[in-house]
Amino acid sequence: MDTLVARYTRPAFQTEGYSSDDQHQAAQDLAPPSLSLNFALPPIASTASWLRAMTDDHSNPKCPIKIAHGTTTLAFRFKGGIIVATDSRATAGNWIASQTVKKVIEINSCLLGTMAGGAADCQYWLAYLGMQCRLHELRHKRRISVAAASKILANLVYSYKGMGLSMGTMCAGVTPTEGPALYYIDSDGTRLSGNLFCVGSGQTFAYGVLDAEYNYEMEDEVALELGRRSILAATHRDAYSGGFINLYHVKEDGWVKHGFNDTAPIFWETKLTKGEFSNVSAKLEETSGRV
Amino acid sequence: MAALSSYTMSSSTPAFSFQQAPQTSSAAGGTTQHSFYPYTDNGGSTLGISGDTFTIIAGDTRSTSGYNINTRHAPKLFRIGGDGPTHKNARIVLSVVGFAADGHALQERLDTLVKLYRYQHGKDISVHACAQRLSHILYGKRFFPYYVTAILGGIDEEGKGALYSYDPVGSYEREYCRAAGAAASLIMPFLDNQVNLKNQYEPEAAQGLHKPQLVAKPLDRKTTEELVRDAFTSAVERHIEVGDGLQMMVITKDGIEEIVSPLKQD
Repeated sequence: MDTLVARYTRPAFQTEGYSSDDQHQAAQDLAPPSLSLNFALPPIASTASWLRAMTDDHSNPKCPIKIAHGTTTLAFRFKGGIIVATDSRATAGNWIASQTVKKVIEINSCLLGTMAGGAADCQYWLAYLGMQCRLHELRHKRRISVAAASKILANLVYSYKGMGLSMGTMCAGVTPTEGPALYYIDSDGTRLSGNLFCVGSGQTFAYGVLDAEYNYEMEDEVALELGRRSILAATHRDAYSGGFINLYHVKEDGWVKHGFNDTAPIFWETKLTKGEFSNVSAKLEETSGRV
Repeated sequence: MAALSSYTMSSSTPAFSFQQAPQTSSAAGGTTQHSFYPYTDNGGSTLGISGDTFTIIAGDTRSTSGYNINTRHAPKLFRIGGDGPTHKNARIVLSVVGFAADGHALQERLDTLVKLYRYQHGKDISVHACAQRLSHILYGKRFFPYYVTAILGGIDEEGKGALYSYDPVGSYEREYCRAAGAAASLIMPFLDNQVNLKNQYEPEAAQGLHKPQLVAKPLDRKTTEELVRDAFTSAVERHIEVGDGLQMMVITKDGIEEIVSPLKQD
């Protein structure tokens, strides 16, 4: 059937004056990315070290091309599903490139990916993963499992190992076969399943809050608040995190978004109504350092 | 995602143009090694603001390398698509800042693909699709990047102004305003305050926990044009790589209007 369709289907305007060379080029331009073949490479022997010298602002702060980075993301499993929470800041060196990044990537109605590390790497490859998941659905007439989806991504980044990709991502989803499932995948090729992960420059701060308060039997509202509070702690102590708190709850019948909220009012509400962050003064005269 | 976009790409100490020639270093064994440095920073700055029915993209026209001014009229704004080499009836504008040669190569590739799209599908590409395509072009050179920060503007399918900003390897985000290039760090905070009304509160309201933020509304075209001009005249005063001319393109459903006006030439 597919071959028949392929043989007799043509774009409506295909016959309108084009050389076969152009057709070939156009077909190439429209083809999905095949592994490494379509990526331009510099005309030198050691492309990876050259790329690092040009773009890695961590090891070389004066590198000419600053790529957007930096993050706190977290996800944890509990009895009501999975909570996914992130901040929204992107930095390029010391410059805050954006405060409104959507670091939760909606792969489909039941699967979420998170974004830490190189923004472009995560955006591109999670979009690619979304495409592969859709193809799986069409081929097998059922949704892909989180285990399989995460493995597509893990195998993909492993095939680029050493080339300079930088991503730390989590795949969260609920399927009838697996229940709530959470995987961590990074650009080294690591793939782990687990109950609780924090990823990014602010991960340690988020772990501090999350580990102290985490309990699998939490109610939904408590879990959402814990996710929010953990990101808040990270934005408070990690300079590379900040902006807005992006909250999602993944349930059996798909994910639900719980807002994209500014950290500043949430911080002051947490401090003034709950008495937390007591190291920070709310009075003007006490901010001069003589507390 | 307005992904992560305006980036100051020049290093903090401005480089002389002769420092950008390949450096030769002698290794311990007596062999010499030439480093591969295929980029030049041509300076300059761009910005974009989207409104309810229009999008404005602007850029200065100075081109520098190190402390030398190459030319006073090197446009950074390009029409994408439309008919023939004059881009008649185009509704999309690309601005590129960074390395001008990479910027040109990028513009030519995107323009070709947008025109090819029309030949194949018999309709103009949407800005949304064009924005995604540009991201994929940039990511196609992930391992040998274009040294550019791009901003793409147009009118979306609902007739509203659309603005997308990019990092050099293709992460992108839709935004209301964005500055890029050498003076991004001077212009962007101004835009945050004046367009998105960041850190502005209701003057009459109570202080402390319950002071509401001013809510940003789409700007009208006249105000936006004045804002763009103010941003650039101010950037010219404080950045050596910005000046000479201001090129502005206003995209509406009726077409693209280009306005070129002088900036200080010193």
